[in-house]
Amino acid sequence: MSGAVLILGATSAIARGTAAALARRGHRLYLAGRDVESLRRDAADLAIRYGVQVNFGLFSADAHDTHAAFLQRVSEEMGELEGVVLAFGYLGSQQKAAGDFEETLTIINRNFVDAVSILNLCADHLEQRGRGFIAGIASVAGDRGRQSNYTYGAAKGALALYLQGLRNRLFPAGVRVLTVKPGFVDTAMTFGMPGLFLVATPAYVGERIVAAVERGRDVIYVPWFWRWIMLIITSIPERLFKRLKL
Amino acid sequence: MNTLNKEIAGWGRYPVQRCELVRPERHADLLSEAPSLLARGQGRSYGDAALNENRRVVLTERVNRFLAFDRDQGVIRAEAGVTLAELLTLTVPRGWFPLVTPGTKHVSLGGCVAADVHGKNHHHDGAFSRSVRELELITADGRRLCCSARENGEAFRATVGGMGLTGIIGEVELQLQPIESVYIRARHQGAANLEQVFALLQDTDNDARYSVAWLDLMSRGAGLGRGVVMNGDHAARDELSGGRRLTPLRLAPAKVRNIPFDMPGWLLNGLSIRAFNAQYFRREGGRSGSFLVDYDTFFYPLDTLDNWNRLYGKRGFVQYQCVVPTATALEAMQQLLQRLADSVHPAFLGVLKRMGAAGEGYLSFPMEGYTLAMDLPMKGVATLALLDAFDAIVLQHGGRVYLAKDARLAADSFRAMYPQLEAWRRVRRELDPQGVFGSSLSRRLGMGEEE
Repeated sequence: MSGAVLILGATSAIARGTAAALARRGHRLYLAGRDVESLRRDAADLAIRYGVQVNFGLFSADAHDTHAAFLQRVSEEMGELEGVVLAFGYLGSQQKAAGDFEETLTIINRNFVDAVSILNLCADHLEQRGRGFIAGIASVAGDRGRQSNYTYGAAKGALALYLQGLRNRLFPAGVRVLTVKPGFVDTAMTFGMPGLFLVATPAYVGERIVAAVERGRDVIYVPWFWRWIMLIITSIPERLFKRLKL
Repeated sequence: MNTLNKEIAGWGRYPVQRCELVRPERHADLLSEAPSLLARGQGRSYGDAALNENRRVVLTERVNRFLAFDRDQGVIRAEAGVTLAELLTLTVPRGWFPLVTPGTKHVSLGGCVAADVHGKNHHHDGAFSRSVRELELITADGRRLCCSARENGEAFRATVGGMGLTGIIGEVELQLQPIESVYIRARHQGAANLEQVFALLQDTDNDARYSVAWLDLMSRGAGLGRGVVMNGDHAARDELSGGRRLTPLRLAPAKVRNIPFDMPGWLLNGLSIRAFNAQYFRREGGRSGSFLVDYDTFFYPLDTLDNWNRLYGKRGFVQYQCVVPTATALEAMQQLLQRLADSVHPAFLGVLKRMGAAGEGYLSFPMEGYTLAMDLPMKGVATLALLDAFDAIVLQHGGRVYLAKDARLAADSFRAMYPQLEAWRRVRRELDPQGVFGSSLSRRLGMGEEE
């Protein structure tokens, strides 16, 4: 497997780790995002380190009517796609979202609506081709609503459900869909946050994501022990959970 | 951008200071709004050069992208957070090696520029800045200045060796040197005292591209300054045999061990160091003829021991590195070693090197002469008093102390050691009129006049 892979939201740290893991295996890449200057730098770096072709271009997640043309351009430049990695997202601030509906809407749109818009098109592309993969970055925050980030959690949880349905739909076509649920990853988002433990590097997370794609996994937690942490958290009875400060 | 208040230190782990850390992921975010800023790469300077107490420190480790690599000409351009280790992984298999490398590869390119580091070939090839074709300097007002010996020459000369005080170094473009193999043809010669060490380092018949002397700092009396002179040259492909000749540019990664926690402070004492040195002197000084070693072993012997600074325990250590002009170098080094011997202060690693002509940087450390580096466990007042005595000897001989190693030099000694300070200040005033860039080192030494 060494076909072209489209990375949406390619300048995020997890995307960069995933891109490196793919490039190391010889995949050609298309890096898509808002910040074209950063994409140019990332593309140069990957091409120099791993000797693969890396293209890049502007992708506006919230401009849904541009998505079809965008995907058309990508497939003209790269040929048929082998896979798509969806890595954009927006943590936002729950506190701000409580009093500011704009913030709430941005969190929901970026993490769910925008993702659905582009993934619908990618799903059609891969389904026609009859193989390939989609890897979507959801979150452990989507496994249970908590007061500290329930808007973000709701949007990521919705994305996880959407990916689950997509997996079901695309299975007969031979297209695999991977849901990734990262725990604490050492990124700009978590830098300096108090109370973090066992933080994984973006390079490690990227490597685990690509390994999971290769093994045809459905849902992974990275690092792996987050599966068990979330199992405990989701098994706390709601009567009790609602009283906790999490 | 998220911030993290944390106690950090340089490689010597003295001093430890609380700083406000930020860690940009992108080149565009290197500069941030703060009253005082300092870029920090891998934190391999020893003292307080990469500290900015109670102020902002910008970690550049994530801004580490390669931007261009010309495999025919050996020119590479990268964001300044790229380390030499990353660079070597990329360029060595294609037959290119840095022109100048310090004794560890876990340093950022930005740090190499800011300290204008040198290697074992300074007497032939000069300091790191000699291999810098161009650098990008991000100034306090957000300009991105392209600097080289020709373009914005003043900013270039103030930035190489400028300890990060002219702005943030965003990108670096380097000229590499071609190599035929990953191997170095090395030769060791034992020397019974300091005079003999000097004689071997001076001997032009014996001249090698790379040259360094390890000194037994615990040896006394007639054996004062005894050591092993180690020479080396890049080995050509036809000097290799067997499998090495078939794949001369391939090198398996070195096995790295880790010191997982602080060793007790008494571990490196006079007795244990003496025993180690005596054994090392016999083994390394006794090797006859020339032999092949890979570049990792030759240039970066300590990189195979992760966190080796923990050997010195919680109090850390200081490295004292000075350079003294050729004319009275032997005399000066003898005085330094005698002063150390009289003090009965333990000292581990001692390294003596020849240096060639000074480069262009206003505050660059190298000058024509000899440079001595000594690692001393930090023992508080006794250590600091000894190093002040060293300063007096170095000043008397017209030498200077290396800022990248320093944790305790006095401001007036610094001014006397760096005669181009005024020229540097003039350029810095233009680049950073508000004095946004600062460090614990710059304030301690009063490098900016306002301080």
